[in-house]
Amino acid sequence: MKTVLLTLLAASYAFAGDALGGEVEKQALNMSAIIMFLIFVGATLGITYWAAKRTKTAKDFYTAGGGITGFQNGMAIAGDYMSAASFLGISALVYAKGYDGLIYSIGFLVGWPIILFMIAEQLRNLGKYTFADVASYRLQQTPIRTLAAFGSILTVVLYLIAQMVGAGKLIQLLFGLDYEVAVILVGVLMILYVTFGGMLATTWVQIIKAFLLLSGATFMAVAVMAHYNFNFETLFATAVEMKETAAIMAPGGLVSDPISAISLGIALMFGTAGLPHILMRFFTVSDAKEARKSVFYATGFIGYFYILTFIIGFGAIVMVFQNPQYLDVAKAAIDGGAPILGGDNMAAIHLSHAVGGDFFLGFISAVAFATILAVVSGLTLAGASAISHDLYASVLRAGRADGLMEMKVSKIATVVLGIVAIFLGIIFEDQNIAFMVGLAFAIAASANFPVLFLSMFWSKLTTRGALLGGSLGLATAGVLVILGPTVWVDVLGNAEAIFPYKYPALFSVTAAFVGIWFFSITDKSDNSRREIEAFEAQNIRCQTGIGAEGAVEH
Amino acid sequence: MKQELVDVIKNDPDYLRLIRERSRFAWTLTITMLVIYFGFVLVIAFDPSLLGTPLFEGSVTTIGIPIGIGVIISAFILTGIYVRRANGEFDELTNRIKAKAKGE
Repeated sequence: MKTVLLTLLAASYAFAGDALGGEVEKQALNMSAIIMFLIFVGATLGITYWAAKRTKTAKDFYTAGGGITGFQNGMAIAGDYMSAASFLGISALVYAKGYDGLIYSIGFLVGWPIILFMIAEQLRNLGKYTFADVASYRLQQTPIRTLAAFGSILTVVLYLIAQMVGAGKLIQLLFGLDYEVAVILVGVLMILYVTFGGMLATTWVQIIKAFLLLSGATFMAVAVMAHYNFNFETLFATAVEMKETAAIMAPGGLVSDPISAISLGIALMFGTAGLPHILMRFFTVSDAKEARKSVFYATGFIGYFYILTFIIGFGAIVMVFQNPQYLDVAKAAIDGGAPILGGDNMAAIHLSHAVGGDFFLGFISAVAFATILAVVSGLTLAGASAISHDLYASVLRAGRADGLMEMKVSKIATVVLGIVAIFLGIIFEDQNIAFMVGLAFAIAASANFPVLFLSMFWSKLTTRGALLGGSLGLATAGVLVILGPTVWVDVLGNAEAIFPYKYPALFSVTAAFVGIWFFSITDKSDNSRREIEAFEAQNIRCQTGIGAEGAVEH
Repeated sequence: MKQELVDVIKNDPDYLRLIRERSRFAWTLTITMLVIYFGFVLVIAFDPSLLGTPLFEGSVTTIGIPIGIGVIISAFILTGIYVRRANGEFDELTNRIKAKAKGE
């Protein structure tokens, strides 16, 4: 039996919310989980078939015809955000570090109110299929769309690799399948959902999964609390007793210095507001009102989910930690302590067995797999739209492509992205990928968000400013991540990082905003004058929705 | 959008009121959220033991727990406050502006 090694350094938890760290071990074939998963796949393929018949135009493909309600979209957004890694990773973080897990999840949540106050409605009023529609609304199409598409594709690919590697490892653990088989299975199913069912299937797969995940997590949290008569004090006291330290009840070493703390906060907040697969969801609702309702519901679901994962993490401390049934005896013999089978990321999974037996273990495992599928589908659709709508239709064909051809290109792009994701997932199996989601958030915060935000709110933004400033943000984020501890030390093996902070967002976001401002105000061309004049008309549509893209009746 | 329509709407008092009120409201809520979150994070960075204070004499539960959960709930409540006013007052203004624009 291969020994399981899971590094418990805080560093490996960088963006644990979305990347599973550490090595895992293949488990015995888990039949009840496999049967429940097959039921999920059967049902979602049924939905894909239903959605495929309703997906006729490019608008259907990209935005589900614009007919998703605020509640449904809120659920789908929450689903996009509640990835398997966020479920298992955050509960594992609470299990290992206690309070630090809560700090982490709060960072992931607080971007949502800002999205609502600043960009949700505006995005719906101005956009059509991608956020580049908004960013390039009154600017030159070719440079701005290219920049936005580049930022989108980079974010999506980094995020996809992290998800695929996490998926492969998780499925190995939960279902006892080979890593390669797991990655290929995820890739193929995702291609089927997206190419045939488009946004409609992707949204409904996400909604169903969000419902299953919230139900399962609620059951676990309630079961844990019922065990302690719904008395938090007893739960915490037992946990402290088990861990033999009260350190889990207060902040630990996750956030140490103020610069890192602020930088991480900025990355999570503005990064969320620059993730293409999240922004794209605002085009699936009929109008601004539904867009704002979706954020309200999404914030509620996500916040509720993080409270559940906190209880689940503590539940795992009291019911799994030191429970001989879940201990890895071989590893304990070598390293001492009380390591659990499969590593800390399995804390929630073991807890599901502790509270609900084999059947519920199967259910939670199947839900975790479903979660991965739903999240990678959304990512791939966003990446494919950037390729087909921004690069092909708007840049290459200068807006003269017909809808059917554009849809065809995006389906081809989906298949290509799916195959690329499978290959990268296999290549990166044994690589340290902890930095990837962090880098994706940094790029989203430093390139996508500043350009999008200023295009809607700052009348003096010009093409030159957006292009140079956005590129500067992108480059700064990339370079600082490479020179920082997560790549320079952890991946490249150097002794000391050139750039001392793990999260570059404070610096790269500032660079982007200053760059955009400077290169815009010094732009005195005729072109820039026209772009500034066009702001008034754009702002009227942005504020009132007059002239906005409407929904299609089905 | 035609230039005449732009000229009409941009001088419409309802439109001016909408953008002024909404932007003030949105910024107030944004700053509230930023203060709550970065206040929380900076306490962690500068004085983490503060959040480790017991909730009451002899309790294991620390004040960090209700404060942390409170930050989560505040995010939800702030979105609720925005949606409520936007669905009422702001949508009414928007509908008036739209109706006038159609009538012109």
